[in-house]
Amino acid sequence: MKKLLSIFAVVAFAFSAHAGTLDDVKNRGFLKCGVTTGLAGFAAPDDSGEWAGLDADMCRAVAVAVFGDRSKVEFITTTGKSRFPTLASGEVDMLARNTTWTISRDVNLGFEFVGVNFYDGQGFMVPSALGVSSATELDGATVCIQTGTTTELNLADFFRLNGISYEALPIETNDEGKENLFAGRCDVYTTDASGLSSTRAAASNPDKWVVLPEIISKEPLGPLVRHGDHQWGDVVRWSLNAMIIAEELGITSENVDAQTSSNVPEVLRLLGVEGNYGEMLELSNDWAYQIIKQIGNYSESYEANVGPDTPLEIARGLNALWTQGGILYAPPFR
Amino acid sequence: MNEVRKPPVATTGIIGWLRLNLFFNWTNSLITLFVIYCLYQFIPWILDWTIFSADFKYNYLGEQIANQEMCSRNLDPENGGACWAVIYVRFYQFIYGFYPKVEVWRVNIAYAMLALALLPLLYAKLPYRKYFLYFTYIFPVIAYFLLNGGLGFTEVSTNKWGGLLVTLVLGCTGIALAFPIGIMLALGRRSKLPVISMMCTLFIEFIRGVPLITLLFFGMVMLPLFLPEGIDMDGLVRVLVAVTLFQSAYMAEVIRGGLQAIPPGQYEAAKSLGMSYWRMNLLIILPQAIRISIPPIVNTSIGLFKDTTLVIIVGILDLLGIGRGTLADTNWLGLSYEIYFFVSLVFFIFTFGMSRYSLYLEKKLKTGINMGAD
Repeated sequence: MKKLLSIFAVVAFAFSAHAGTLDDVKNRGFLKCGVTTGLAGFAAPDDSGEWAGLDADMCRAVAVAVFGDRSKVEFITTTGKSRFPTLASGEVDMLARNTTWTISRDVNLGFEFVGVNFYDGQGFMVPSALGVSSATELDGATVCIQTGTTTELNLADFFRLNGISYEALPIETNDEGKENLFAGRCDVYTTDASGLSSTRAAASNPDKWVVLPEIISKEPLGPLVRHGDHQWGDVVRWSLNAMIIAEELGITSENVDAQTSSNVPEVLRLLGVEGNYGEMLELSNDWAYQIIKQIGNYSESYEANVGPDTPLEIARGLNALWTQGGILYAPPFR
Repeated sequence: MNEVRKPPVATTGIIGWLRLNLFFNWTNSLITLFVIYCLYQFIPWILDWTIFSADFKYNYLGEQIANQEMCSRNLDPENGGACWAVIYVRFYQFIYGFYPKVEVWRVNIAYAMLALALLPLLYAKLPYRKYFLYFTYIFPVIAYFLLNGGLGFTEVSTNKWGGLLVTLVLGCTGIALAFPIGIMLALGRRSKLPVISMMCTLFIEFIRGVPLITLLFFGMVMLPLFLPEGIDMDGLVRVLVAVTLFQSAYMAEVIRGGLQAIPPGQYEAAKSLGMSYWRMNLLIILPQAIRISIPPIVNTSIGLFKDTTLVIIVGILDLLGIGRGTLADTNWLGLSYEIYFFVSLVFFIFTFGMSRYSLYLEKKLKTGINMGAD
């Protein structure tokens, strides 16, 4: 009996290995998307228990591309430690979990980063009373720094390069850093710029804190899938690209219906009026139309979740389109 | 002639008690005064923060609070204490996680049934206790179908469970399953059969020598790599397995401590009456051993109940996890004091209840050195 079961399991494994992730997702009827256990602006449950944020929108966009329905997604919460094994074991179909794209993760861990949905970088936050306008003026400052992270190494490099000294106050969690900074036990807190923004927003008086202009590291955050399933990787990649291209072309969730009668060829191709790009991806032809209709373009998602009008107040900066001074750039839709 | 003289005022009543307990000598008096001073400083502040200046649902302008910016203390830093509105708005998530609203009556029934199932365990004098106990035995099965689905109920994936629901499922299952497994392991470790005793010892020492976090990771991360892709083991079940194994090892050692306190005479007497191994243990040894072990049993149980918060690291949102998730919502940034206070309070209610129950049991069973003599 046991032998029979194990043979059955092996056969089942062989079969499931043949079917691609896209077919698995279609057969299952919903997408399994790995997100954080809660990170302001990127993925967090709202008051009604719905996941919201830039990464949550990424998951929903893929669900819309496959099913045409933004609710066909199950959010699986993962931590920094559990995210990669969860993806590798097939428990989730993709991760949209503010994960930095690095060579070792892309190559060695056997994953495929399909794009960047947020360009982050390490920054500094100081009390405005300190009267500092640049990180190079921080000579002799006490810096709150999370131990064992790349931020620690970046910090040491930056201060050494600029020939200034600092005193490190090691902390373990973001909460701890926040408390130490607010209590004045350190002059500077350094972590990813998006993290600084949420820390600042959590202060009782955000105006008392400033984020300095220097960004000292590259942290491109993006969705990733398992290596080797290129068809599925394409679906996720182009779901993200469709949102960016929509912003380039000025298509929003509001005007998308009017745009279907546009005279711009790329708009018509993107919205599935012309061409058979949906078919190439094994999706319906209006997949991108549905993403824009139900989720919005990149800018809409950005403004709603992390933009200047949200408590996080993160300016577009690097995340603006390449035509507007940023580096957000999607390959042409043709 | 025979008038009874009252004892001196200074040794009875409130004054006597005060003198004896708080002002016995000058160090004692100094410490008392210091503690009173600290309480005097602390209590008004905490009462003011938690109750008198706090927002519950509306801020001081009378608006219903929908995000942190509307909390009184954020509108006017001079005004207002805790902003409990976040708990009010998120109460559903704290208690049920992401359980669908239309199905939530099932969780409510399960909560009510849990109380009913605990009743015969808590009150020995309950009328018809026997029938209540039958219910307690089948409760886990009912709860499984109620919460998870099946038997005509729509399935609700454990991914949607969260908050207190997950905390209670993990805590109760862990404690309830670990007890019998722990007893078997304890008996096994003391067994005269070398294979059994070695296996039990190995198991206990291995599990005890590994932190719970490692076991959780093993369950969450390694297990699915060993299982073929077709066989999908639920995330919560994997964590439950890890928690139960962990707790069993600790329970086994606690009960072994109890077993070792039983004088050899008890074993010999039972054997001389011709009792078999199982009859001897079930009727003579274990009832005494468990009676002695009540305080450490409750101790490890409370420990486990609190340790369940570690499941956050494998991505399961228990009560504390929901609290952290709430803190990551841009609407509620910065309300960490309120949220951690609330979560601690809920944990305190449960663990304090457990420790009171253990005291009640100890009193009822009259555990102590003179057991057996009275």
